[in-house]
Amino acid sequence: MVKSTSKDAQDLFRSLHSAYSATPTNLKIIDLYVVFAVFTALIQVAYMALVGSFPFNSFLSGVLSCVGTAVLAVCLRIQVNKENKEFKDLAPERAFADFVLCNLVLHLVIINFLG
Amino acid sequence: MAGGLARFLVLILAAAICGAASVSQPISDSHRSAALDVFAPVDGSYKSLEEAYEALKTLEILGIDKKSDLSSATCENVVKVLASPSSSTLKDVFYVLSVNGILKCKSGEDVPKDIVSKLQTGVKDAKLLLDFYYSVRGLVLVKEQFSGTDISLGDAEAVFRSIKALSQSDGKWRYSPNNPESSTFAAGLAFETLAGVISLAPSEIDHSLIQTLKTGITKLFDSIQKYDDGTFYFDESEGPISTTASVIRGLKSFAASESTGLNLPGDKIVGLAKFFLGVGIPGDAKDFFNQIDALACLEDNRFSVPLILSLPSTVISLTKKEPLKVKVSTVFGSKAPALSVKLAQALSSGSKGSSVINNQELKFDAESATYFLESFPKNFDVGKYTFVFEILLDESTNEKVYITEAQTKVPISATGAITIENAEIAVLDSDVGSVESQKKLDLTKDEAVSLSANHLQKLRLSLQLTTPLGHVFKPHQAFLKLKHESLVEHIFLVKTSGKKSELVLDFLGLVEKLYYLSGKYEIQLTIGDASMENSLLSNIGHIELDLPERPEKAARPPLQPTDPYSRYVPKAEISHIFRVPEKLPAKQLSLVFLGLIVLPFIGFLIGLTRLGVNIKSFPSSVGAATSALLFHGGIGAVLLLYVLFWVKAIGSVHDSKGTVFAGSVSVVRRTQNTVSPCSSIEQAEICLKDIYSSL
Repeated sequence: MVKSTSKDAQDLFRSLHSAYSATPTNLKIIDLYVVFAVFTALIQVAYMALVGSFPFNSFLSGVLSCVGTAVLAVCLRIQVNKENKEFKDLAPERAFADFVLCNLVLHLVIINFLG
Repeated sequence: MAGGLARFLVLILAAAICGAASVSQPISDSHRSAALDVFAPVDGSYKSLEEAYEALKTLEILGIDKKSDLSSATCENVVKVLASPSSSTLKDVFYVLSVNGILKCKSGEDVPKDIVSKLQTGVKDAKLLLDFYYSVRGLVLVKEQFSGTDISLGDAEAVFRSIKALSQSDGKWRYSPNNPESSTFAAGLAFETLAGVISLAPSEIDHSLIQTLKTGITKLFDSIQKYDDGTFYFDESEGPISTTASVIRGLKSFAASESTGLNLPGDKIVGLAKFFLGVGIPGDAKDFFNQIDALACLEDNRFSVPLILSLPSTVISLTKKEPLKVKVSTVFGSKAPALSVKLAQALSSGSKGSSVINNQELKFDAESATYFLESFPKNFDVGKYTFVFEILLDESTNEKVYITEAQTKVPISATGAITIENAEIAVLDSDVGSVESQKKLDLTKDEAVSLSANHLQKLRLSLQLTTPLGHVFKPHQAFLKLKHESLVEHIFLVKTSGKKSELVLDFLGLVEKLYYLSGKYEIQLTIGDASMENSLLSNIGHIELDLPERPEKAARPPLQPTDPYSRYVPKAEISHIFRVPEKLPAKQLSLVFLGLIVLPFIGFLIGLTRLGVNIKSFPSSVGAATSALLFHGGIGAVLLLYVLFWVKAIGSVHDSKGTVFAGSVSVVRRTQNTVSPCSSIEQAEICLKDIYSSL
């Protein structure tokens, strides 16, 4: 049984990997960026768990910066993805510009909240 | 009127204080020095001739020579009036003549004729008593001062009768025939006037008239008033001093002019003398003049001269063993004739009626003119006595008739050293009465005793006080004072009964009175009495009292007066409690995680290169390149702004110029530590100080 499940898991991963390779490069960049942001957030949470939540606003701003930028990157990915019929008319440069602007606003707030 | 009433009330008060026994003192130097103050002229002259006369007469009687200062201005006035009397009233003329009699501004043989004629017209036309008084007395003064012509009243008897018509049956006289108001003061004026008429009469006046006058005088004496101590006086609306003085003046001049004697009751004369001596030193000029003038009349008169018994000191000290001194003199302190003084009785205030000394004759010391009693009997103890003196005049004939009181009662206080024996203080257990701790007291030493007690115990103080003769002594004041550390005091009375004086303090009952204050109490004993020469106030020692806790409703001890300067001393130091700064993690840990944070970023970059990201396609054409540069530059600038804001080089520091980096580096360094907004006050102070100093 275990063997079959592990074999199934392996097969699952292989199919996932092969499917993923088919995605365009720009989407992969965005995915990589999201992963980077999430990892940064996780490390910050781990640090907080270690030393305590003082000062809390700093922790929040750090984590929310990462999470916010990840969310914006996901939004960018949705808008840039050619397979997405909803955003067919939106130019990818425009989406990117939105991403950049939103990031700047987010980080303005984050920097103020950082303390 | 109000002044007279006030004076009357003061006299009553003085008499009430004196009580039944009192000692009069003759006129002394204190009177003379007071006279200089009371009769001091304002700006070198007096307000009126009447005041000038009163002042000069008093100073003359007292023997004070101040005439040189006053004579010039007053004499000018006198001479002016004497020169032209028509413009002045009878009263002014009378007082001018009186002043002239003292100062002798104008004297000699030439009689001022206008004055004489004015006065004689005055006598003829007079209807009121005062007019008669001024005119008749004025003529008498003229006769005395100017030795020229012989002045006499034309129809003396008629004048006598018209004045006599103003008399009343009760001895008082009216001021005018129309006004029924009568007074004793007017009686005095009438006597003086009638005496003047008698002396100015060319021939003798009918004796029957004079006899009726004498009966009138006797009637007047029926209305005399008295105090318990044998003082007599006359009282009217003018005030007792003025009224009595007026009567005495009248009597003196009447007795001087009348050849036959005037029989006045002797005790009343002495009583009148005592009245004036009892006034003391008056503050009012008129009272002073009346007092001195009346006493001068009593001192030297034709009826009887009062003698006064006085004591320089009314305290006998049994330890000093000094004799008791007694002086007998006239009212002005002049020498008395030969007489003997006897101490009839010495009545003790305690034992009623029985006398310690009986019929002891006093010895006479000619040098100091005092009578003294040398030795006291063995049973003469400390305390208050009333000594009764009797004066016996020698039978040898005197020029004048002297009169004294029948018996003079004098309050005497005998003092001595009281022995204090068996002084003890003890703490007792309440129920059983057994003694827990007992100490003998040596009252000459301070702070010797130290006791302790709780609220279930009692404190007992006992001592024996004995007089020099061995009797039990009951002091007037015997207190025990307990004073707490917080300055709250309590006073208890030590009662004397039987053989000893004792005080028992039952702390169980006193707990509430002591305000439940436990702690160290100072014990202070006070024993005092007027008869005790060695009164004492001694700090015996301390007692530690252990009292129960104060319940909610018990009274708080009263606030003691605080030192007024304590308001300005430095106040108590305030210790501020600062928020303990949060524990920050170790530096190394933070740095490690800083490194860890960077790792995902590096991973991102590596991933990018693995994906084959094209980072080379930077546009080369000018337009595109500029826009690309601007784009990237703009984003970079915004990010830089964020960074600068984060390191506090700009933004939260209000006065800074954003582009000035110099000095802000140090600010950055020091502010790296302040991670939280709730930093400590000291760090905020340092931060602000540096920022302001660096800008």
